Amino acid sequence: MVPTAYYIILSAALFTIGVLGVLIRRNAIVVFMSVELMLNAANLALVAFARERLNVDGQVLVFFVITVAAAEVAVGLALLVAIFRTKNTADVDEVSTLKG
Amino acid sequence: MLGAYLPILVMFLIAVFIAAFVIIVSSLLGPRRSTVRKLAPYESGMEPIGPAIRRIPVKFYVVAMLFIVFDIEVVFFYPYALVFRDLAGPGLVAMGVFFLVLVVGFVYEWKKGALKWE
Amino acid sequence: MEPLQIPPVNLILLAPLLTVVGWASALLLVDVFLIPEGKKKLTGYLAIAGLLVAGLVGLPLWNVSGSTFSGMLVLDRYSLSLTWIFVIVGALSIAMALDYLPRHGIEQGEFYPLIMFAVAGMILLAQGTDLIVLFLGIEALSITLYILTGFAYPRLTSEEAAMKYLVLGAFAAGFFVYGIALVYGATGTTSLAGIAEFLGRQTLVAEDQTLLLAGAGMVLIAFSFKTALVPFHMWTPDVYEGSPTPVAAFMSVGTKGAALAALLRVLAFAFEGVQAYWLPVLAALAAITMVVGNLGALGQTNVKRMLAYSSIGHAGYILLGIMVASERGAEAFLFYLLAYALTNLGAFGVVIALEQQGESVWSIEDFAGLYQRRPMLAVAMALFMFSLAGVPPTAGFMAKFFIFTAAYEGGLGWLALVGVITSAIAAYFYLRVVVKMFMQEPAREVQPELNRGLNADIIIAGVATLLIGLVPTPFIFLAQQSLVALGG
Repeated sequence: MVPTAYYIILSAALFTIGVLGVLIRRNAIVVFMSVELMLNAANLALVAFARERLNVDGQVLVFFVITVAAAEVAVGLALLVAIFRTKNTADVDEVSTLKG
Repeated sequence: MLGAYLPILVMFLIAVFIAAFVIIVSSLLGPRRSTVRKLAPYESGMEPIGPAIRRIPVKFYVVAMLFIVFDIEVVFFYPYALVFRDLAGPGLVAMGVFFLVLVVGFVYEWKKGALKWE
Repeated sequence: MEPLQIPPVNLILLAPLLTVVGWASALLLVDVFLIPEGKKKLTGYLAIAGLLVAGLVGLPLWNVSGSTFSGMLVLDRYSLSLTWIFVIVGALSIAMALDYLPRHGIEQGEFYPLIMFAVAGMILLAQGTDLIVLFLGIEALSITLYILTGFAYPRLTSEEAAMKYLVLGAFAAGFFVYGIALVYGATGTTSLAGIAEFLGRQTLVAEDQTLLLAGAGMVLIAFSFKTALVPFHMWTPDVYEGSPTPVAAFMSVGTKGAALAALLRVLAFAFEGVQAYWLPVLAALAAITMVVGNLGALGQTNVKRMLAYSSIGHAGYILLGIMVASERGAEAFLFYLLAYALTNLGAFGVVIALEQQGESVWSIEDFAGLYQRRPMLAVAMALFMFSLAGVPPTAGFMAKFFIFTAAYEGGLGWLALVGVITSAIAAYFYLRVVVKMFMQEPAREVQPELNRGLNADIIIAGVATLLIGLVPTPFIFLAQQSLVALGG
């Protein structure tokens, strides 16, 4: 049996990659993929902990995370199409009429 | 120990045999009329040579988005499938309510014309 | 293996939530099937009716309390009071939108059910006592808000604001889930009560301690994003500016209120045992939030952005009440939330009245000389500005008074001091609007447009702001009563 720590290390690595992806990459689709990576890293950790503790609560949350992520991505893609229609770009930086 | 896997080995061998048999027989017996299309590498129906970025009708996005949502929501049926006997009546009612919510969404998108292909 | 049993479910405890969700789902279909184009206002009225019904359904539950779904959801007076506040916020936001949408050519019937779904998410946050439910509540609220923010299609600023909000919101959701995962790894449970029990029962081994603190920290980051605490506030002004104004009004009070209400539960119940760790962090967050929010508002000439920064500052004040999660603090939190919600909705109502078609300036200059053209509107705006600044005898003053007192009594005197000082700074930019309205000549001709929904919104907000300020006793009593069943 693989020790839980291994799973957690892997999931932490995936999560970090996801965070960096969101922060560094500029293409909206890649940003979405990075967010997805973060969520799935969390899912991996949840499943690993659930197995270690022989308790299904963590696995239940995984189902919810998967569905919520799908809804989020669907809205994100819809927005992307809307922006693309008016602006013809998927680059996050090029869309910046609002200035902080 | 390994004996338990024997049927799998047999199935594997049969699969290999059938695959090889079909390929060999068809190459021996089948007629050969080469056309440009047939000689081109197979790319799942895509044009093999041309610009990689092409406009795809936006209709695909709508269908893709709806597909993502409905496809994933169905994930809740999997755990239910494992325990539906234990949960019996109340479980069925709960899943019915869940399904009803999905149906509301489906009827809405239908009426809105998101499923119309044109 | 034991045969599985569905845990007993008491749907009565969820009556307001179910009413909102059911009504919204039905309304969505009624809207597409029965209500013709151009009469979408009817959908809006039906949505308001649904929210009011949900509020009424809650009335007989005042003396009921209990938990259901294996302790994942709870009904107590705290959640019920919050439910009422959210229902009012939702109804007033819809009232504002009734004429705003057609005037700007973005009327779609879906707007109203979406607001209802967002309210449902907020109620879920108020009732949730399990991290899974809180996650669902936050996401139900956020995802509908992404759509509402981008509702002004094809105005690019709206889409852009929605995109920004979505990317950051999803980012925060990632932190939230990972935080939950780590907390779950340390304690083996996601229920708030379970976590508290675990922390109280035994000393953690070093490894689990690290997991727990890292997890709690990530959950805190996620909440900070959602409630726009500094330094996680960068998206707020942009999103408020880009989104349709009624949505900005709804977000400024609704999202913050709901997320902070959930945060209060998480901190006070689940993580009470590790208070020594989170208290200094939150205190620092609150302090810089108050300072940065109010300083940021100083330089704004765009009223919508100013209100956005002001809402950041107010989140800092509300956080004070949450940190001293004593009974006093929670009371002050509820009171402040009510006062702030009504005042802010009123202020946004006036902004909408002045917003001209097809424009996106929201310049403070438009307020110049408003008193000469529309005296009542100017007086109302002045009232809201006084209340936001915390000038007596308005609701804002009483609310600030309570929250600072609670903070002082809770041993956070220095934070109360920061609060008082930043309030004094804030008075400058709030009163600047008042000065413009009463003492300057109009820079350009801006014709305010009022209508029934907007009038109702401004009048209700104005009367409530004054009423809470002048006769706070019943409201304080209500807030006190709300906490009777909070196990406090």
